[in-house]
Amino acid sequence: MPPLLQVTGISKRFGGLHAVRDLSLEMARGEVLGLIGPNGAGKTTAFNLLSGFLTPDQGAVRFDGHSLAGLKPHAICGLGLVRTFQIVRPFPHLSVLDNVRVGALARRPLMAEAREMARAVIDRVGLGAKTDQAAAGLTLPERKRLELARALATEPTLLLLDEVMAGLNPTETAGIVGLIQRINESGVSILLIEHNMRAVMTLSHRIAVLNFGEKIVEGPPAAVANHPRVIEAYLGEEYVHPPAR
Amino acid sequence: MKWLGAAALGVLLLLPAVLNSYAVTVFIFIFFYAFLGQAWNIVGGYAGQLSAGHAAFVGIGAYTSAVLSVQAGLTPWVGMLVGGLLSAVLGTVVGYLGFRFGLRGFYFVLLTVAFAEVCRFVALNTDAVGGALGYYITFTGNPWQFQFQDNRVYYYVALGLMLIATGIVAAIERRRFGAYLIAIREDESACEALGVNTFRYKMLAMIVSSFLTGVGGTFYAFYLFSLQPGAVFGIPLSVEIIIRPIVGGAGTVMGPILGSFILSPLAEASRIYFGQGGWAGAHLIAYGLLLIAVVLFLPQGAYPALRRLWARAAR
Amino acid sequence: MAVGLTLIFGVMRVVNFAHGDMMVWGMYLAWILSTRAGIDPYVGFVACAAALFVMGWVTQRLLVDRIVDAPHEMQILLMLGVALVLENAALVAFGPDPQRVRSPLRAATFWLGPVFVDVARLVTFALAMVLTLALYLFLTRTDLGRTMRAAADNAYGALVIGTDVRRVYAAAFGIGAACVGAAGALVSPILPFQPAGGLSLSVASFNIVIIGGMGSLPGAFLGGLLVSVAESLGAVFLSPSMKELVSFSLLILILLFRPAGLFGKAAA
Repeated sequence: MPPLLQVTGISKRFGGLHAVRDLSLEMARGEVLGLIGPNGAGKTTAFNLLSGFLTPDQGAVRFDGHSLAGLKPHAICGLGLVRTFQIVRPFPHLSVLDNVRVGALARRPLMAEAREMARAVIDRVGLGAKTDQAAAGLTLPERKRLELARALATEPTLLLLDEVMAGLNPTETAGIVGLIQRINESGVSILLIEHNMRAVMTLSHRIAVLNFGEKIVEGPPAAVANHPRVIEAYLGEEYVHPPAR
Repeated sequence: MKWLGAAALGVLLLLPAVLNSYAVTVFIFIFFYAFLGQAWNIVGGYAGQLSAGHAAFVGIGAYTSAVLSVQAGLTPWVGMLVGGLLSAVLGTVVGYLGFRFGLRGFYFVLLTVAFAEVCRFVALNTDAVGGALGYYITFTGNPWQFQFQDNRVYYYVALGLMLIATGIVAAIERRRFGAYLIAIREDESACEALGVNTFRYKMLAMIVSSFLTGVGGTFYAFYLFSLQPGAVFGIPLSVEIIIRPIVGGAGTVMGPILGSFILSPLAEASRIYFGQGGWAGAHLIAYGLLLIAVVLFLPQGAYPALRRLWARAAR
Repeated sequence: MAVGLTLIFGVMRVVNFAHGDMMVWGMYLAWILSTRAGIDPYVGFVACAAALFVMGWVTQRLLVDRIVDAPHEMQILLMLGVALVLENAALVAFGPDPQRVRSPLRAATFWLGPVFVDVARLVTFALAMVLTLALYLFLTRTDLGRTMRAAADNAYGALVIGTDVRRVYAAAFGIGAACVGAAGALVSPILPFQPAGGLSLSVASFNIVIIGGMGSLPGAFLGGLLVSVAESLGAVFLSPSMKELVSFSLLILILLFRPAGLFGKAAA
């Protein structure tokens, strides 16, 4: 079974800064891969490279048997790889329903069908009560769920989640973690960037650690958590501790 | 709401029977500018790409059908399609340059203005189309030549144009095309991430918009019978085109119509009140003030505000 | 005049569409001063600058301030509205015909080697240089100037350290307008002006600023030189009436290939 995602040696420089350096990753179908690393390690840049918002200077990305070279974000979404944004970007003047419907229209060009699909997804993420509210009026946790719902509505094979738990309190976080688990169980593979170590440890089958644009460690959560290089990279961070199992 | 629309339509259809010729003319301009505004609405209102050079399309459509009619005897009923097509070609070029090169906001506005001015300049210096003196069409009153003896026929043609454009916009709004355009206006990058080929949809909007505007150019030519580069390609016309949807509600079906019903009478009134000569530009001052007021207080335009009032009153 | 525009953009990220029309008012003020009060524009430009400073300040406080954070489309429309009002108010006040200001310097010319030099243009050039230098010094040496540059770089940061950002914005807009007022006055003996000319002046300003780079003062200065040279060359080698065409074509090319200009910051 070929891997769902195959990243081979991608690099990206901005002037003198190597944001991402020779990064290689693989993901199997149904997997949850956590991507962690200190701020500025290049995680969001990696996401931008994978989803087509940036072009790698070197290296290749293959997804579901297709090469992603030169493809624009909308085409990549069409292939089944969709990303969320670290700073959420709802369509402010549109209702929650209309927001999610834009995502649904990707696979269901008829408005009525897209609407129904959007409703289903909205219920799934728990925003049913806010269906007709304008997105601008939502709280942060609700916006995160909206961002998630919109991406889900495109019926992705691989979902790239960029710090979806940033800014949430423990209760809200637990809610999102549960949601992500359910999404994964329904067959969607997930690549997530997160700073919340508890969440990452709970959700991920495997974890890759980036530092200064390079992958320094990769493996199952327990192994990564105790790896000296990881602790060294995070020196000063209080989050690193073994998961409570 | 629907019966209100039908009733209004009925009134409009019957109006020419009771109005004098001057009033009919006022309505003709209301409908015509509503039509142009509606065409602009597709790319400027729904897709949110502010084009301040739409007069270029009017001019191309006007000159094309005029020249084809006068020189080649081609009936403007066909000429208008040719004019529309040529306008669409220019629209494609401007759209391609703007969107492919990622020009947004202010830069795109400037690009459209630049193109319109280039067109004006070319027309001004091309003697074959009359140059600075302008191009004139002799009035024959022949319907085959898109000319009518009776003012009232023009009324119905203009009304028809407005209704067709409105129908097109309504149809767009109901479909994925419309939903995508609105989303693009809200946040283009988010759209890209959700599988929307933003370039394609913006181009489509631009092409449809420029085609329709070009068709409108024919009406302009065969109603006014004289084409001056400054008038038909110039900024003042572009302003007239965009101000109605903006004041009425950009990105809504009724916005350009409402805007036209507000602004055309206003312009007419100020023209009468201040007379000719030294006060010639007064109505444009009113336009400017209105534009400022809308941006500051009613950024979504009059129609959405009215709809909110109506909804509140209904409770 | 480009310097004024770039200052406004650099500090507030607002494009002043009414720039050209403000300049026209500067020209008319100079004309009024010249015809009613007999003040030579080369002296009177100070008054024009001051008057336009006030106009700019007021505009910013009343109008622009409210939409600094609004989407760009709204800002453009607002300034377009202002442009409309200014242009047509001028039309109403002064009539549509072109005017020129008479200055005793106008007729003075002399030969400098093989080149025929027009004193009026020379004085204008010299004064423009002096003013630009003064502005540069203001921005780098004075407190307000430095504050302005700080706000331009990082508005939020400036706010955090206690700057009255609104006052800075108003000052920036005022100074930008003053620049253009002075420019208008200085140029009034040389170029005929009319209310409808506002647009081409705006476009010329945008042209220069975009080429030089939005938000960059040296860019605006060099851009101005570059564009004038290009236009003059165009007038010499092509026909004089093609000047506008050259201007617009240059604009289109720049927009497409290097919107950041030579020294510019990227648009917000």
